[in-house]
Amino acid sequence: MSAVATLRRSRRGGQPASRRLRPWYKNGSLVAGLIIVGIMVLLAVLAPLISPDNPLHQNLDQALQGPSGTHWLGTDKLGRDVLSRLLYGARVDLKIGFLAVLIPFVVGSILGAIAGYYGGWIDIIIMRVVDVFYAFPLYLLVIALVFVLGSGERSIYLAIALVSWVSYCKIVRGEVIVARRQEYVQAARLGGLKNMRVLARHVGPNVVSQAITYAMSDIIMDIMVIVTLGYLGLGITPPTAEWGSMISDAQEFITTLWWMAVLPGIAVVITGLGLSLIGDGLGDLLSPERRR
Amino acid sequence: MPTDTQLKPVLSVQHVSLGIRRSEGHWDPLVRDVSFDVGAGMRYGLVGESGSGKSMTLKAIAGLLPRGVEVIEGQAWFGDEDLLTMSAGRRRQIMGPKLSMIFQEPMTALNPTMRVGAQIAEGPRRHLGLSKKAAMDLAVEMIARTGIPDPVRRARAYPHELSGGLRQRVMIAMALSCQPALVLCDEPTTALDVTVQDQVLRLLTQLCEDMGSALVFVTHDLAVISQTCSRLSVMYAGQIMEQGSVRDVYRAPLHPYTEALFESAPDFDDPERMLKPIPGLPPSLTHPLPGCAFAPRCRHVVEACTTSAKQLAPVADSRLTACDRVHEIFEVNA
Amino acid sequence: MLGRLKFVPMRILQAVPVAFGVTVVVFLLVHLIPGNPAESILGAQATPARVAALSKQMGLDESLPQQYLHFLSNLAHGNLGQSYTYQTSVLSLVLQRVPVTLTLVLYSVVLMLIISVPLSAWAASRPGGARDHAVRVVPLVGLGMPQFWVGVMLLLVFAVGFKWFPVGGYGQTFSQHLWYLFLPALTLAISVSPVIIRSLRSSMLNVLESDYVATARSKGAGGWSLFSGHVLRNAVIPAVSIVGVNVGYLVGGTLVIEQVFAIPGLGSLLIGSIQARDFPSVQAVALFVAVFVVVVGVLTDIVYTLLDPRVDLTRRIEV
Repeated sequence: MSAVATLRRSRRGGQPASRRLRPWYKNGSLVAGLIIVGIMVLLAVLAPLISPDNPLHQNLDQALQGPSGTHWLGTDKLGRDVLSRLLYGARVDLKIGFLAVLIPFVVGSILGAIAGYYGGWIDIIIMRVVDVFYAFPLYLLVIALVFVLGSGERSIYLAIALVSWVSYCKIVRGEVIVARRQEYVQAARLGGLKNMRVLARHVGPNVVSQAITYAMSDIIMDIMVIVTLGYLGLGITPPTAEWGSMISDAQEFITTLWWMAVLPGIAVVITGLGLSLIGDGLGDLLSPERRR
Repeated sequence: MPTDTQLKPVLSVQHVSLGIRRSEGHWDPLVRDVSFDVGAGMRYGLVGESGSGKSMTLKAIAGLLPRGVEVIEGQAWFGDEDLLTMSAGRRRQIMGPKLSMIFQEPMTALNPTMRVGAQIAEGPRRHLGLSKKAAMDLAVEMIARTGIPDPVRRARAYPHELSGGLRQRVMIAMALSCQPALVLCDEPTTALDVTVQDQVLRLLTQLCEDMGSALVFVTHDLAVISQTCSRLSVMYAGQIMEQGSVRDVYRAPLHPYTEALFESAPDFDDPERMLKPIPGLPPSLTHPLPGCAFAPRCRHVVEACTTSAKQLAPVADSRLTACDRVHEIFEVNA
Repeated sequence: MLGRLKFVPMRILQAVPVAFGVTVVVFLLVHLIPGNPAESILGAQATPARVAALSKQMGLDESLPQQYLHFLSNLAHGNLGQSYTYQTSVLSLVLQRVPVTLTLVLYSVVLMLIISVPLSAWAASRPGGARDHAVRVVPLVGLGMPQFWVGVMLLLVFAVGFKWFPVGGYGQTFSQHLWYLFLPALTLAISVSPVIIRSLRSSMLNVLESDYVATARSKGAGGWSLFSGHVLRNAVIPAVSIVGVNVGYLVGGTLVIEQVFAIPGLGSLLIGSIQARDFPSVQAVALFVAVFVVVVGVLTDIVYTLLDPRVDLTRRIEV
């Protein structure tokens, strides 16, 4: 294929993911995002080493204290060290947030690829199911599912998986439909490649890059879900340190110990910002022609 | 300084230069030192290849320069007002009733969510103070005058329901609805089928004549100019190469670029003649040449052409050329 | 105009299978409960006799399809079951709460538009400028804020700090409702505005650079007449579907935000019923909310068609 044809193809959006214009480390958003998320992850991993106290250690004599030399960020209503709980909370929220995307990513992408590639009645059935799930607002379905499945980590994974595969399915299906019309895929098919191999070799890389970019915002979404469930008292069971339940515990003392409600939220915001930046950077990197 | 009309011109473009600002006081030039006059009711052609700056000149006059492009110097006198330094408010007052514009792409130049009648009526309502009803009646009348059958029904149509030719007629109706003194046309027939082009051109010239509107016509198509205009400027690389009456220039060009342009275009009078494409490419606008912009592609080029800048200068009765060697190359009838 | 609404019955018909799917999911919710749902609902201390009674009342001894048909026929008769905790019909319970939640949703849509339209116009008027960057970066932060936390923060600043607004509740009269619901509605508006601003900004940019806006300028339109007459409508069209999709997100957010501000809407009913293990109420809320979202989807398509004469949905069935 001539250079001109390659150019034309890339402008239409089906460029192979391997053609990168700029090395990743020169992408400002991506680097900034990686640094932010890296620091958060590092703090979570090192929590047992750097925390001043055991996050579960209660000391009712010293409950609801302001910042001091021993408790930099004060103590909560059970006298637990807020800083330690904040650090340990990162372990829980980040771990679940990152792990929870895996199942929906894989399942949703596969179903979307199948729907988009084969079309016809398979597509219709899968997309109707997707429509049904789309009708339920995220929080509603997650809350209801966690309720019926019982609280705890396993239910959260399962609930998130059941809810968020839909987005991957839609994205991947759309991408596959576009990619299927591309000349190079048509050419591969005419060249006699089997369906699955065409799908894997030629459509896969482009489509997956879209899904990965989306996954960044999905991790944010998942962290929001976990924190929200924690806030509603439906998530991780107490007394485990978790940002959402920390905010909910702190709300009754908001007039005096306001930072206890503010700080866990800021931790979520910073993590989210880092992930958004990574997502933006990946979007630019994996598909430069899609920049708006 | 009106050079070629006894009457005061409707539009007098004086030494206009346009460019993209790079830093304070430094521009990449797009158009350099362009001057021409358009007399009342006259039809004036600006012809050149794409990138010659003809459309940009027109957009500057209409106040529709794209973001980043600025007027470096010059004036465009419209009556006794300078269109290039006019306030936005004043411009809004004159755009429509005194000066209007027809665009190249009838597919995209009409608002897709507004009925065409309402789009035509918008100008008259604003500028002539007509009631909604009266403006609508005028719109229907204008549609009828452009030769569209069943104008009442067509006025209620959305742009996507009309063909390209009909849409361009609607554009013409819109541009002429307030009887402007001057209509600017940016390649108005380029996007149309050849069969429709001719009809639309005839309609445009006819209506302008009826209304006494002058016309500035930008195109790359020499045949279109010869059909519609009385005077023209030939532009290349942001500069005017040659200026004169259409009859004189077509009979005997006085610039090697004009000559080459004619040789590269099909000639209906002599279909046997071979087309001669112009060798090479237009120069980069960001790195203007020190000498004549056409020198690298000119078959008559000599050393002197590439060193000193060329200026448009009169050679004969109301004819100007930017070629220093005009007397050596061409036979000039003074 | 009316001719283009021919597609409406067709579009409603398309929504029917989705609505059925919704009932299936809501019905199956009970059966996702590990072990015997009746036992789980009543708790560990329940006597076997009570478990058996509830099992019978729930129809758990029938086969799954039979149970579903039963569920559907009850639904058709407006019978959503009895609330275990409130001892009244779930339907009346839900209907009591619907106006509250609906008011909150509409209120937040209005605030969202008040925030998004001027900001996106402001950003689009100088693309690449400082204001544009600000409007594009702020959403990055905004999207990472948990809704309920934004609510708590607004509460902290404007209700606890400045005491401009009540800390929670719903009020008695309509003007009180507007006052009580302002912070919750603002919370929701803030959480969706980034998405709306992004899409409105880019569609406004497209419109501003379009040929027909140049045409409008050549007719002497400018300023407000240009914006209202030519830019806004064309820019809003692509944003309508984004708003439509996000109404679902708004409704989901409402359920959580009601908790933060102690508003007696569907969300409070949902969380309260979950804590009381009051199953029929949970099902009913899920059903109502999901059906609402389906209806909003249909309305979105209708609005879209009314705004954009180029769309013909009778011909565009599957995109």
